[in-house]
Amino acid sequence: MSSVIVFDRVSKCYRLGSIGNQTLYQDLNRWWAKFRHKPDPLLKIMDARDSRDGDQFIWALRNINLEIQHGEVVGIIGRNGAGKSTLLKILSQITAPTTGEIKIKGRIASLLEVGTGFHPELTGRENIYLNGALLGMSKEEIQSKFDEIVDFSDVEQFIDTPVKRYSSGMYVRLAFAVAAHIEPDILLVDEVLAVGDAQFQKKCLGKISDVSQKEGRTVLFVSHNMGMITSLCKKAVLLDNGRILSEGNVTDVVARYYNAGISSPYAVDFRRQRKKVGDQYATLLEVHIEDMAGNHIGEVDIRDPFKLKMTYELHGAPVAPRPNFYVISPQGQYVFVTGGGEKGKAINGTYEATCIVPGNLLNNETYSIDAALLYTDGIFHYSFHERGVVMITVIDPIDETIEDTTRYGMSGPLPGVIRPKLSWELRKIA
Amino acid sequence: MKSNTDSNWDYIIRPQRQWFDLRLGELWRARNLIMLFVWRDFVTYYKQTILGPLWYLIQPLLTSLTFTVVFGNFAKLSTDGLPQFLFYLAGTVVWGYFSACLTKTSNVFTAHANIFGKVYFPRLTVPISILFSNLITLLIQFLLFLTFMIYFSSSGADVNPNATILLLPILLILMAGLGLGFGIIISALTTRYRDLQFLVTFGAQLWMYITPVVYPLSSVPETYRWLVLANPMTSIVETFRFAFLGAGIVETTHLLYSLVCMIVVMLIGVLIFNRVERTFMDTV
Repeated sequence: MSSVIVFDRVSKCYRLGSIGNQTLYQDLNRWWAKFRHKPDPLLKIMDARDSRDGDQFIWALRNINLEIQHGEVVGIIGRNGAGKSTLLKILSQITAPTTGEIKIKGRIASLLEVGTGFHPELTGRENIYLNGALLGMSKEEIQSKFDEIVDFSDVEQFIDTPVKRYSSGMYVRLAFAVAAHIEPDILLVDEVLAVGDAQFQKKCLGKISDVSQKEGRTVLFVSHNMGMITSLCKKAVLLDNGRILSEGNVTDVVARYYNAGISSPYAVDFRRQRKKVGDQYATLLEVHIEDMAGNHIGEVDIRDPFKLKMTYELHGAPVAPRPNFYVISPQGQYVFVTGGGEKGKAINGTYEATCIVPGNLLNNETYSIDAALLYTDGIFHYSFHERGVVMITVIDPIDETIEDTTRYGMSGPLPGVIRPKLSWELRKIA
Repeated sequence: MKSNTDSNWDYIIRPQRQWFDLRLGELWRARNLIMLFVWRDFVTYYKQTILGPLWYLIQPLLTSLTFTVVFGNFAKLSTDGLPQFLFYLAGTVVWGYFSACLTKTSNVFTAHANIFGKVYFPRLTVPISILFSNLITLLIQFLLFLTFMIYFSSSGADVNPNATILLLPILLILMAGLGLGFGIIISALTTRYRDLQFLVTFGAQLWMYITPVVYPLSSVPETYRWLVLANPMTSIVETFRFAFLGAGIVETTHLLYSLVCMIVVMLIGVLIFNRVERTFMDTV
């Protein structure tokens, strides 16, 4: 096997804050330094401080060294802001690295979003041509693949209808169908599969594994869904805070993701992050987990209830949204979805939504939690859906002397996605 | 098989490209994409309007009419002895093409941040497609101009089309090049300094007044003529009017000056664009 992608000491730095006359001054300073063959004064500042605490610069990637072999399917995992998307963006040439270089063998196609460049006024047919060309297909390639694409998308009947009249499901199917037929040597996929209905998701996953197994292509796959990662990939890379924390066999790396080592997995304050989470209606500010006394926690005794909390700001939402938490098992299955809020008009302001998860419900596992804000009244729309935003580890003290557990004297791990305490009745009948 | 020589790799992504690594081959391979962009713009631009493509005609007609009333009748500016309406229509149509190329290419990065942030394709395809889209508009408006020219000349006006018409393709290339060059320089700078975006529409309007659109070059006093001649658009508008209507100042040196300007501006534009395209997503 030979390497098809080699990352050589790749770093990426983002500058934060507003761009104004200060920027112009800094730019002039840098040009002057460059002109005199002096080192960039700004880079020096950045090295001097830990950028995570500094408010002006953020190293989204730090000194990444990575080799991807031909035909490998590699999962890239990590928490929000770990650098996953930046890695894909650099690889797909959307933005350049700050230092280091990447060598690539073969044609790359990136699926960072489905339906990029789709124009609502154009028909399905027209959009296939436009989107295909944007993704790097030649006219002949698109022509020869056209029937296959239409077939895969299941929208034959509507192929000459403007896509603005499509349902969102049809739209996504058509968009993915185009992307799935690019036939690159290296395919980059960024969690686009999280859209569409379950059946279509399955079809997409099938297509991706076909691409890698039958056609021998290399796939890089970014996702928060550990279930998907484990079923698709043999190898995984765990990123944290811009660095590679772990790399290798997928089960080991996924285990590492759920275990310790990742900074603060149970409280995220988005106000301090580079990325704004939300849309024109609402912004997610904070998500954390507390015990009943109000202390931030990341672990909870299996018998104790705990609170999932999210804080968000509403600014001009059309109807009152519903805050939702999705609880996901380590295998990637949804354990449950829970939503709060009430029907009615939206009033601007900052809200804190709390959901109490009772004790004796979850098993002793580490659960990943998504926070979402959605509108179901009249419109269906997500303001945000942060996947795997926090996680909670449920601990079983395994203490035989304690009466009030669901272990009932058994030892070792107990199977089951949940471990509820249910009421039992036992009576002697004969 | 492992080797460290660069020739074994198809791409090497580095922090900065070489200044002259323009990847023109890549651009050429994306010509199909350019065609699709042009066609998309044309199909979708007027889809939600009532009058549709008629807007292509209404714009220059109303502008020329206003100029005729304001500059021709009220201010009584010279039109080199040509019918006023025809004089202004010629200027408006030509200037319109340049101005559209300039303003529309000047916000390429900010207007396309959505697509640029999600997929890589040669970025220059977008401004180039704008030149072609506008060429379609120009063609329609040009036919309008020809109609009026024939009408005026058949009703006895002193209109003398001549062999200079053969320069038309060169004039088009000059305008497209200048519009593209200035436009992409501004678009590259607006990714950092947003103020320029406000400046550009306003600046394009002011620029028209140092171009002989509402007045002929011959009416400009000697003391100010250098200012108007320093503008590379001057000779293009004058040559166009001379070619089709038979009045205007045409000198090879003026046209050569415009050509040199175009080449320099294009070169600077493409070089800056090429640099900025690598990192603009971080600042937009």
